[in-house]
Amino acid sequence: MIARGTMHRGSALWIAAMAHRLSGLALAIFLPLHFLALGLAIDGEAKFEGFLRWTDQPPVKFAEGGLVFLLTVHLLGGLRVLVIENLDWHDGQKQLATLAAAISAIIAFFFLARVF
Amino acid sequence: MNVRLYLWQRATAALMVPLVLLHIAVIFYATRNGMTAADILSRTRGSIMWASYYGLFVAAASIHAAIGVRNVLTEWSPLADRRAGRFAIVFGLLLAALGARAVFAVVLS
Repeated sequence: MIARGTMHRGSALWIAAMAHRLSGLALAIFLPLHFLALGLAIDGEAKFEGFLRWTDQPPVKFAEGGLVFLLTVHLLGGLRVLVIENLDWHDGQKQLATLAAAISAIIAFFFLARVF
Repeated sequence: MNVRLYLWQRATAALMVPLVLLHIAVIFYATRNGMTAADILSRTRGSIMWASYYGLFVAAASIHAAIGVRNVLTEWSPLADRRAGRFAIVFGLLLAALGARAVFAVVLS
């Protein structure tokens, strides 16, 4: 039995809002590491190149694909919020949320196909 | 979230829409033949255009992420509003500093 106060949690739009929040949180955790990695160039091109060669490992490439997915999910989720709040347009929200997830997965797949 | 933070959150979000789209395009472009430091730095070193683009991106992302983290902490953690706010400010400043260092690294070093 589902408690009445939590029934909304199965809806596509609740999942869309949660995906937006969790992707944002994950990106916020990743950003300092991203900046530290780019900062390696201060110590010279060789050090930066060494890091980039470390990222050639398949698990790292998969993680990068995940980050591209999260960035796209967060971008499209954010566009959804901006559209809902600023435009008089509320039709087809569930379909758009599903489409956003599909577009994110396709972009991440193309990224992985490119780097492998 | 108060109105001022809400407006900053939405304004930085709107600003970052084209910045993120370009970033995704650059990610795909940069990985066309495998990423190398020489390739990346040859594009960015000494470029006012890339320095401005990434500088603006870092500033907007730092503000946006700090407000987002503050919201998550306020709603999901036992931290009181004031503590969540302080943590978010420190986090935002740290992001801005590391981001500025990263821009310096790829443009000026």
